[in-house]
Amino acid sequence: MSRKASGFRAWLLQRVSAIYLALYLLYLVYHFSFNPPADYASWHAWLAQPVTSIFMALFFSSLLLHAWIGVRDIIIDYIHPLAARLLTLTAVALLLVGCGFWVIRILVLVAL
Amino acid sequence: MASLNKRLKYLNLIKIRLPITGVVSFAHRVSGLLMFLAIPFLIYLLQLSSASPDGYQLTLEYLSHPLVKLVTLVLLWSVSHHLLAGIRFLLIDVDIGVEKPVARMSAGTVLFLSITLSLLFVVLVLL
Repeated sequence: MSRKASGFRAWLLQRVSAIYLALYLLYLVYHFSFNPPADYASWHAWLAQPVTSIFMALFFSSLLLHAWIGVRDIIIDYIHPLAARLLTLTAVALLLVGCGFWVIRILVLVAL
Repeated sequence: MASLNKRLKYLNLIKIRLPITGVVSFAHRVSGLLMFLAIPFLIYLLQLSSASPDGYQLTLEYLSHPLVKLVTLVLLWSVSHHLLAGIRFLLIDVDIGVEKPVARMSAGTVLFLSITLSLLFVVLVLL
């Protein structure tokens, strides 16, 4: 894939993930305005619902992807020496991928 | 090329007067970066609160700490600003509000509403 095409893909993914993040955040605000968790049991029960797991997995996928594209753009704009740029990009990528596995672990453990 | 190289040379960040649309754009980056830094802490709180009743109580205690509340306030502003500025950018993507007077007005609206929203959250949630 050419550089131009991959740039367009990032541009598009940033907007698609943004729309999902916005809708899910509005849903969360709406949900917790009317049903704030009363205690651990109700919080855990909400998290363990299949619907919650699936939409929250989508939320964190969108969040980590969105964060990657945004932070990548910032790093490319402000960090110019190649070694420093590659180092920060790698560190951010590893952090975000690690966060992804962490979330999967949490969501699976909650649902068990 | 000579004229291209001449522009954008003056980059003293303290002396540059950004137009209001530039302020929104810059704040969109700053708020995004702040939320990126908060991601591991958010996931940690999700793990702690979902793991056990003790962890749930501990999470509530962390969140009621004054210093954490201050960070939460900053993050609430970040979410509000990032969301509103993001919607504005999406509208500009589909050619809505591109004209200069409209763009300046929507930029001011975003800055005003994001601060209002975060103050509203402070009153409703943090106090």
